Parts: sequence; structure tokens; C-alpha cells
Amino acid sequence: MDVVFTEFPWGVMLILLPLVGGMICLLWPRRGRTLGLVTVFAVALSVVGVAWQMLDTGIYRHAVGGWGAPLGIDLYADGLSLLMLAASALVGLGVSVYSAAYFGREDGTRFWPLWLFLLAALNALFLSGDIFNVYVTFELMGLAAVALVALAGGQNALGGAMRYLLAALLGSLAYLLGIALLYHGFGTVDIALLADRVDASPVAWAALGLMGAGLLLKTAVFPLHFWLPPAHASAPAPVSALLSALVVKASFYILLRLWLEVFEPLVGSDAVSTLLGLLGAMAVLWGSVQALRQSRLKLLIAYSTVAQIGYLFLAFPLAAAAGATAWYAALYLALSHALAKAAMFLAAGNLLHFGGHDRIAGLDRVVQRLPLTAAAFALAGVSIMGLPPSGGFIGKWLMLEAALGQERWDLVAVMIAGGLLAAAYIFKVLGYAFTQADVTHESRAVPVSMEWAALLLALGAVLLGFLAVPVLSLVGIGEPFGVSGVGP
Amino acid sequence: MSTSLLYALVGIGLFSLSLYGLIVHSHLLRKILALNIMGSGIFLVLVALAGRTGEAPPDAVPHAMVITGIVVAVSATALALTLMLKLAAETGRAELPDEGRE
Repeated sequence: MDVVFTEFPWGVMLILLPLVGGMICLLWPRRGRTLGLVTVFAVALSVVGVAWQMLDTGIYRHAVGGWGAPLGIDLYADGLSLLMLAASALVGLGVSVYSAAYFGREDGTRFWPLWLFLLAALNALFLSGDIFNVYVTFELMGLAAVALVALAGGQNALGGAMRYLLAALLGSLAYLLGIALLYHGFGTVDIALLADRVDASPVAWAALGLMGAGLLLKTAVFPLHFWLPPAHASAPAPVSALLSALVVKASFYILLRLWLEVFEPLVGSDAVSTLLGLLGAMAVLWGSVQALRQSRLKLLIAYSTVAQIGYLFLAFPLAAAAGATAWYAALYLALSHALAKAAMFLAAGNLLHFGGHDRIAGLDRVVQRLPLTAAAFALAGVSIMGLPPSGGFIGKWLMLEAALGQERWDLVAVMIAGGLLAAAYIFKVLGYAFTQADVTHESRAVPVSMEWAALLLALGAVLLGFLAVPVLSLVGIGEPFGVSGVGP
Repeated sequence: MSTSLLYALVGIGLFSLSLYGLIVHSHLLRKILALNIMGSGIFLVLVALAGRTGEAPPDAVPHAMVITGIVVAVSATALALTLMLKLAAETGRAELPDEGRE
């Protein structure tokens, strides 16, 4: 039994289960909800299986079909991949429970297959060991995500989906041209082999520029964030949660992996990391100010995502001296943002369902009428603001520590300003949630599972504040940052 | 200049030209076409660089990438065209709606 458990190819199941599940959902639409929930649950169990194996053997590597690299496709996972897989599984579970009640029969037949395909693409992306595979999974992910945005129907959602599709395709094509150059220059697409071969030649610089630009566009870093707010704000609530929590993190993950491994000889120069840090700082400030200016809740949350993505990029200029601490900080922020932002969008979905609109000024005493949803929003807000005890606090604290250690006062100021602005826009929403609105609307009951799904995800984000040591030791598997034992 | 280098440069030219087209044209069909031409430019680069092996037979891996890329491009174009038609049916124009309209 034990041997079966430890030898079982859990990593393959992570891709196969949602892919097959999605296809069965297409063929048997009436059972979509049950199939979807069962599949997502099984995927979560498989992540536990992979984690179990990795605790035992370290880095996970599986040659699909017995064909190893460079000809075949290798699945590869270290602590960094495991963290992203776990985040997808957790957020996926919460969103799936929510969606089971959110989507009616008609919409559900479209939602479940697309969501399972998206999950398959995400898992495949996090397990990819070569850059061309990443391109293919990007496209699978992008197509599923765009179709999910368009599910909402109407001019805003279709326009948002179209803008998103054009941006995603442009990003992928720039990335593909980068692959062409890297393959021409170094004769492989395998990340581990490229890490050995890439040197600071013009070909590598051109590839870094193209792939970096493509990935920045996909990650919606300021000023390339223009497509994100319309797409994330107009999608159905569970889809917004998936996009903000997971899909933008996927391209960040690839950027980080390329940065740490493939382009390692190039990033010794400060220019690129300074630029990324500058874009991140601008994103934090611009996104937060825009969030504060919004009158609609979902747009506010979408701009908050732009700001929170900015934080992740502050790690790049800090990592040269702070090393792993800065990366741990960014990853912790990414993980807690995934949970908190999913909770926030789900809570917004509840409010939209309840009141029929998401105008912030029209939130009518929701604290009394939907206490669980209001609590979910507030707890998620605690993590987004970075207040203790929450995952967001640990991430920001580590990042702040790295910045203070290097006397980067500019970055310290940006982080503090971003936290204050986040507090301002979250309290703006909460303030309206406590008071009576000028215009009251008919309200609709919100299913209990939708309230609890949001609340549990928010609690997860807060709970992360207590789990820093075990989580960071999991991330350290395989030493993705080259240095071991640097943590809080 | 060798033939394959010429082809690769043409591919880069197509890429840049269609990037310009993607940005300046507002009609969605033109944007979608620009993305397709951009893809073709990259495929041209891949195939051209695969042929730079001298007397030896060309490298097959970039050809496999091009085939995968074509499959991806066809699916993406299908989705983009469907979205464009839906958007045109909804708004009467095959253009992106102005941002900020509610």
C-alpha cells in the first residue's frame, strides 16, 4: 500500500484528471457539477500525493511515456512548483464549491468543462520542465480563461474578453519568438539544460527582452495592465476569483523560473532588476490609487490586483543582495494574495447576487444582512493590507526586512504607502457596508455554500500567517533559489 | 547573406510590421489578422533557423514547434473570430468598446 502510494505518478494525475474530467463534462453536461467537484477534489488529493513524494525524494521528475528530455516531455516540480500547485488546488476547491451554487444548469454546462481545462493547463504549466511546453500551456490557459470571461455575456464581458485575448496572444507570441532565439542560440528548450548553456550573448539578451515583455504583459504589470480590470471586473464572480488568484500568477511563476535559472548569467546586471522593481513600485501606487477611485466593487478589487502584483516585482531589485528572503517574501505574498483575492471576488459575487448590483455606495447594511460575506471581505482585506496575523503580513514583513537591510528607503516608502492605500480602499467598502444606502434594492437570498466558500478562503489567507515555517520549508524543496535555510 | 538568414530577417520584419498593425488598427478583424501574420513571422524564423545546418539535414525540432504553433493559432483565431462576431452582434461594431463605459 505504502509503495503504491509513494510510487504512484501523482504529477501525471494532476494534468490527466482535469483534462479527462473536462471532456466528460462536455459529453455529459447534466452531471457537470458533480463531475467537476469530484475532479477538483481528486486533484487536491493528488497535490497532497506529490507533496508526500517530494518530502521523501526531493525534486519530482517524471518522463512522460518513458521518453526523457530532450526529445520527450519531462514533468518537473520543486518547492516553487509545489507551492503554486497547492495554491491552485486550494483556490480551486473554494471556487468550485462556490460555483456549484452560483451557476444555474444552463451556465454550469459551459462553466465546468472550461474550468477543468483551465485547471489542467495551470497544473501542466507548473509542472513544465521546458519552455516550449510552457508556451503550449499558456495558450491552453489563455483560451480557457478568455472563454470563461465571455460566459457572463453582454457588451462589457465580451469586450473585456476580447481585449484579454488580444493581450494574451500578443504576450504568447513575443514569448514564442524568444523561444525561437533561445533554441537557435543554445540548441535546447529544456530549462535545466538552458541553465547550463545560456551565456550573456546578444541572442540571450534579445530572448530575455522578448520573453520578459511577453510575460510582463501576461502578468499585467504596470503599464501593461490595461487589459486586466475590464476582464476581471466583468467576468462572473468565480471566474474573476480564478483569474486574479491563479492565472496572473502563472506568468509570474514562469518569469521567476526563467529569471532564476535560464537567464541567471544575465541578471547579474542591475539594469533589468531595477526596471522591474520600478514597474512594480509604479504598479503598487497606480493600482492602489485607481482602486480607491472606483465606484464599482469588482473594478476596485481588480485594480487592487494590479497593485498587489506590483509587490511581487519589488522582490527583483532586492534579491541581488537579500537572496532567498526576497523570493520567499514574493512567494508568500503571491500565495496569500491568491487566497485573499479569491475570497474577495467571491464575497463581491455574493453582494452582487444579493443586491443585484456592485456599486460601492449602494451597499446597504450588508454587515447585518450578510454577516459571513462581510466577514470574508474584511478578513481578506486584513491580508491584502498586510496586517498581522495574516499571510499578507508575513510576506510584506519579509519584503520590508529585505528592503530595510539594504537601506532601500524608496521601496520601503512604496510598500508602506501601498499598505495605507489598501487600508483606505478596503475601509471605504466596509464603511458603506455598515451604513444604510440612499437607494435600497430588492434583495435575493445568497446560498449558504457561497458565503462559506468565501469565508473559508479568507480564513485560509489569515491562517497562512501562522504557517510560515512549514510552508517555507516546503518551498525550499529542491532549493529553487540556490540558497538553503534562509527564512524567517 | 545566406538564404535562411534572409528568411529569418523577413520573419522578424513580419513580426514588427504586424505588431504595428495590431496597435494602430481598431477593427478587430485587422487585429486578428495582424496576430496571425505575427505568428507566421515567428514560424518563418523557426523554419529558417532550422535550415542553418549546412550540408546536414535540417533540424526537425523547430518544425515540430511550428506545427504545434499552427494548431494553437488556428484555435485562437477561431475563438477570436467567434468573440468578434458576438461583440459585433451586441454593439453593432466590430471594435473594442471604449474603456470606462458602464
